[in-house]
Amino acid sequence: MSDQRLDVRKTYKLLINGAFPRSESGRSYKVHSSDGAFLANVAQGSRKDIRDAVLAARGVQAKWWGATAYNRGQVIYRLAEMAESRRAELASHVALSEGASDDEADAIVSRSIDRVVWYAGWTDKIAQVYGGANPVAGPFFNFSLPTPSGVVGVLAPQASSLEGFVDAALAPLTAGNTVVVVASERRPTPAALLAEMTATADFPAGVLNVITGLTSELAPTLASHEDVDGIDLSGVDEDAANELANVAAGSIKRVYRPRTGDDDPARRLRVFIETSTVWHTIGQ
Amino acid sequence: MTELSDDARATSRLGSLEYDPAPESAALAQFRPSYGLFIDGTFTDPSAHEQFVTLNPANEDVLATVARASAHDVDRAVEVARGAYENVWSKTTGAQRAKYLFRIARLIQERARELAVIETLDNGKPIRESRDIDIPLAAAHFFYYAGWADKLDYAGFGPDPQPLGVAGQIIPWNFPLLMAAWKLAPALAAGNTCVLKPAETTPLSALVLAEILQQAELPPGVVNILTGDGVTGSALVDHPGVDKIAFTGSTEVGRGIQQRVASSHKRLTLELGGKGANIVFEDAPIDEMIEGIVDGIFFNQGHVCCAGSRLLVQESVADEVLRRLVRRMEQLRVGDPLDKNTDVGAINSAAQLARIEELTSYGESEGATRYTSSCSLPDKGYWFAPTIFANVVQSQRIARDEIFGPVLSVLTFRTPEEAVVKANNTKYGLACGVWSEKGSRTLWVAQRLRAGVIWANTYNRFDPSSPFGGMRESGFGREGGRHGLEAYLDV
Repeated sequence: MSDQRLDVRKTYKLLINGAFPRSESGRSYKVHSSDGAFLANVAQGSRKDIRDAVLAARGVQAKWWGATAYNRGQVIYRLAEMAESRRAELASHVALSEGASDDEADAIVSRSIDRVVWYAGWTDKIAQVYGGANPVAGPFFNFSLPTPSGVVGVLAPQASSLEGFVDAALAPLTAGNTVVVVASERRPTPAALLAEMTATADFPAGVLNVITGLTSELAPTLASHEDVDGIDLSGVDEDAANELANVAAGSIKRVYRPRTGDDDPARRLRVFIETSTVWHTIGQ
Repeated sequence: MTELSDDARATSRLGSLEYDPAPESAALAQFRPSYGLFIDGTFTDPSAHEQFVTLNPANEDVLATVARASAHDVDRAVEVARGAYENVWSKTTGAQRAKYLFRIARLIQERARELAVIETLDNGKPIRESRDIDIPLAAAHFFYYAGWADKLDYAGFGPDPQPLGVAGQIIPWNFPLLMAAWKLAPALAAGNTCVLKPAETTPLSALVLAEILQQAELPPGVVNILTGDGVTGSALVDHPGVDKIAFTGSTEVGRGIQQRVASSHKRLTLELGGKGANIVFEDAPIDEMIEGIVDGIFFNQGHVCCAGSRLLVQESVADEVLRRLVRRMEQLRVGDPLDKNTDVGAINSAAQLARIEELTSYGESEGATRYTSSCSLPDKGYWFAPTIFANVVQSQRIARDEIFGPVLSVLTFRTPEEAVVKANNTKYGLACGVWSEKGSRTLWVAQRLRAGVIWANTYNRFDPSSPFGGMRESGFGREGGRHGLEAYLDV
């Protein structure tokens, strides 16, 4: 018997409505590091977990959008602060999950946190960049406001466990949507860690919900859910995306699919933004 | 809401208002007895196609016969549009595209009176509306997007935004020429070529537009116009040579289109149905508000996707608003669409009339109180008297389903919060109205409405610079304004 201290290991859970439950199903699945070693038993979210998360996201959406853009920016910036202080932990999980070298993992974490900061700065720019006044031919003050689609479902990228997750989750959040994310199936722990950090970043409960589990099991529920307004299909292959896009059409969802050669992260912002145009009469 | 007294239903306190007929001349309309398809800058021989008739819905007279484009015709039109895109239009500078569009705008203005008569004959809408709204706005739309064609770098989508290629565009029958303009103008400005399918019951103004494109000397194949029915539209949606589908029509058809293009590279924008809430607060200026409600639901016979078909009235003024509305409805002149004094014209088709009749029948059977104008209706043609349902509750079909006819459902509310909840209690999200003299309350409500267009103290206003389009099951994408370019650019 060695007298070396036994490390305290973490149970990786879901994030639903600000709480960290194991799946309501009680299931978990084994996740391995890139070299095949056992990494963790991660909660295997169920269709019911997805529905609960959508309910939470819908419930808080008006509050999230109703907060000032300044406030939303500070909340998102706070997430960067939390992540910064846990860089080492994030990097070790990125390295284990993605098989990245320590330097590579460190660079990925740096880029991810910097990207969170980038989104934090977007919240109070969207209206000016994507909205504006319209010079209609008549006695009206007419302006277009970008508004969120509502509740957005995200199938996070499978390979990029942290950087991909940040873009997919934060783009719709920044625009005022609330989000239900299915994390990378085989590399879920960096997303689970970032989810934990929202608890100390003043995220209102339900604004960001993160479900770990089998993408193929969870995706159809998200794509067919009538109270989900948009879906990001980054985390599935082309055949599955075709099928899910077809299902999503059932309630006329906004659908984001990555395009080859498209490296403009602002496209994700635009996909989940609606334009609301107000005409007001001008008179004495 | 209480029952109305008989007194409230008197036709007018001024007595009977009779106007002599003031008909616009049908002879102003210049169209051919039969049409082929407009492909590659020329009309094909009508005898090469199966023909179907287009009727004047006001009297069921046959106006002309037009070609039913087959899948083979769609093949050819898409191939021609592809050739025109690759060989001509993509090599035409923005400044030159702009000048073609300016020419088209001017030609529409020159032929405005003729186009207005054609539109009224084919659609059934009052000449006052086609003359003052449809045709001028169609010209304005080309004029607006003409100016964008050489300024795309400044449109906010990054440097040198590229067109998509061949756009397949399917438009409805309620604003035939205007919808053609909404589709063609931004697509051409952005550098795409087009295959346009007008609605089955209203093909004529698009075919006259084809002549205008010839007069403008738009290069052949840049715009191709295929008349036909749902089979033609399906062939266009499914065609692998099309890069973009833009559809305006019902949510049911739009859903099917989204499903069918889900596995393709095609970009899609949808402008679908609506069940717009027109919210009236107790402090609203009542005369303007009554006119606005009437405009909101009886404009274009209610064949308007953004129609204010659900009236939400604050309880304290509900009786007064209903009394005045019913009286105003009685004064609407229903009849000959070519008469310059007509307010409400003909229903566009027998099928649409049947749908309106079916949906309104639920109004009574589900317990709402019906008020229908006592106007006399012509013997021939498709007609539906303006109708208001009071005492409507949210669960009733007339409060949920898009009727697309001159039928208003009246519901009540007490607080602004309740108004917002009721207004948003729909799967649609196209348009809403808010009537109040209190600006802060209007903006508070507007912030919370899930609708693409919100009219404050007005209704059913349109402008080429103003983005139009829906949220939720009213579709996605915008037409009009800078936003409208996004639908036709690879951004």
